[in-house]
Amino acid sequence: MSAPVTVYVPSDSAARSVGADEVADALASAAARQGRSIRLVRNGSRGLLWLEPLVEVETEDGRIGYGPVAASDVDGLVSGGLFDGAELPQRLGVVDELPWLAAQNRVTFARMGVTDPLSPDDYLRHGGMVGLVRALERSPEDVVAEVTDSGLRGRGGAGFPAGIKWKTVHDCVDALKFVCCNADEGDSGTFADRMLMEGDPFLLIEGMTIAAYAVGATEGYVYIRSEYPEAVATMRAAIEIAYGRGWLGDNVLGSSLNFDLQVRVGGGAYICGEETSMLESLEGKRGMVRAKPPIPAINGLFGKPTVVNNVLTLATVPTVLAHGAQAYQQLGVERSRGTQVFQLGGNIKHGGIVETAFGITLGALVDGYGGGTRSGRPVRAVQVGGPLGAYLPRAKFDLPMDYEAFVAAGAMVGHGGIVVFDETVDMAAQARFAMEFCAAESCGKCTPCRVGAVRGVEVIDRIRAGEHRDENLALLEDLCDVMTEGSLCAMGGLTPMPVRSAITHFADDFYARHASAKTEGKP
Amino acid sequence: MSMTLVREIAASHRGQRGALLPILHAVQEALGCVPPEAIPVLADELNLSRADVHGVVSFYHDFRSAPAGRTTVRICRGEACQAVGAERLVSQLQDRCGMSLGETSRDGSLTVEQVFCLGNCALGPAAQVNGRLRGRLDEARLSAIVDEAVVQ
Repeated sequence: MSAPVTVYVPSDSAARSVGADEVADALASAAARQGRSIRLVRNGSRGLLWLEPLVEVETEDGRIGYGPVAASDVDGLVSGGLFDGAELPQRLGVVDELPWLAAQNRVTFARMGVTDPLSPDDYLRHGGMVGLVRALERSPEDVVAEVTDSGLRGRGGAGFPAGIKWKTVHDCVDALKFVCCNADEGDSGTFADRMLMEGDPFLLIEGMTIAAYAVGATEGYVYIRSEYPEAVATMRAAIEIAYGRGWLGDNVLGSSLNFDLQVRVGGGAYICGEETSMLESLEGKRGMVRAKPPIPAINGLFGKPTVVNNVLTLATVPTVLAHGAQAYQQLGVERSRGTQVFQLGGNIKHGGIVETAFGITLGALVDGYGGGTRSGRPVRAVQVGGPLGAYLPRAKFDLPMDYEAFVAAGAMVGHGGIVVFDETVDMAAQARFAMEFCAAESCGKCTPCRVGAVRGVEVIDRIRAGEHRDENLALLEDLCDVMTEGSLCAMGGLTPMPVRSAITHFADDFYARHASAKTEGKP
Repeated sequence: MSMTLVREIAASHRGQRGALLPILHAVQEALGCVPPEAIPVLADELNLSRADVHGVVSFYHDFRSAPAGRTTVRICRGEACQAVGAERLVSQLQDRCGMSLGETSRDGSLTVEQVFCLGNCALGPAAQVNGRLRGRLDEARLSAIVDEAVVQ
């Protein structure tokens, strides 16, 4: 009997949401019927999500991809020679050489989809733990300096320089400090944190351990939203394996570092993605936003100095340590250094993960990688950076993905999520939804956010009904000012961004429906 | 009986910092909800006021005061799913099953909820059915899911 052929079927929950489990089962039974010995690996997803379930077969030429594969296709594919990489209609070629993937610069997502997420040996074979080993050979001060020099900024949305935050925590003298990973990825259009936790969980553990060493922390929490049960399960399993390997616990890798890590699950509150609200939640309280200062770096979890970073920020740290700040810093533009893991979602033909250096234009992502809309209609609007990000028209597609360039355009890069809408979208309805969402998810601490969002829905309803349009638009503008200036955090402070950008770029949609119908859409 | 269980759950988390959320999740896992009568028990176990515990329970969307139906369908209404027709699925549920978001059917077979983002933004419209993520939904696939739930 010949050596078993290795077949990969992603275990990522997006792939499973469209039938990856059924495909894996069908492959196993088809192989058994053929008397063919296969080694079925449930890898992470490569991030070419429109091709999921994407099956890969190990051959002499490399890993050959087939996709999208339905369970009902499997018997035909197997009898057609799938296990030998045969030429079949769904054959995509060598996955690493697919232009969509080959053109990217996978740094944080380098291992994504390549390995078995819960195999520590796979992790080591593909460059895992090099960053932590290098970090432990150096002083904590050096590690902090390396992260600062890399130019790495917080990937959660705010873009605060990671090294400066770490130095603040490092310089505190407290015996008890914490490292908290904000994995409450609640923004619609973002899924990179989820994919990383499901597809390369040891990377996050390694990044958090490096952070703990650098700042002198002994305890860590990964705060994952309850909407991500698979990410919770995978991270918990990975943490247990890491303890068994001596990657966590006392004397990590034989060093003097002691670091304990655990997963905490959120309660379905969007606001807990705000860092101070997340800390309150970790303390077992209502997720009410705290006023800053004091900043969490000095007065964080249980009043102790705390590093709070997003999943992608922490998961990028091992690369910075393994390959040096210089290598990372060379990527990107202006003050946006390194790569960003962009996420293409919504009404998009080729949705998924595009990791590339900062500076790529919005149009290159949406039209180039994304291939336009899934519906085939023209792209009308894209929302960048989650529910609190701006809606942008095609006219803005030459904007480079760069924190400062987006701010100058009245928008934000945020977490790098891009949601595409076709020409059927009603932008006044989207503006209304932004207010409705804020009203539903506000923690309630600041009146402009708690009450303003409710009033915002009402004012937009009046505008859409054609009641005193100009006066109500002025009132809405005024309300947006109050929310922006009078809210402690980004929830109330940034909800005006999608609303205002919709009015600025899609003013026609804010005429009453019946009025615009009379004048054939263009008053 | 169930309050004894609540006490046991609280006790088993005693060593943890800020244990209330993990305890509430464990209670809901065991009982299907966090019943109102658990609140004074937890307050007593954790040396908190009843108002504190009630405040936390009521703050988070996840914690229910009564058990959900046998099947729970959570439809994503995030922007990415809206862009591919999530609202059509919401109205379909309302029209076809006569159920609005947040309701449980009278026979206890089905609970329908809204959720803002399940992290399946490239393969929407998405929903979570009894904890399992589903993607590329349309009216027909959603109907099949609902029918299956009602039969069970």
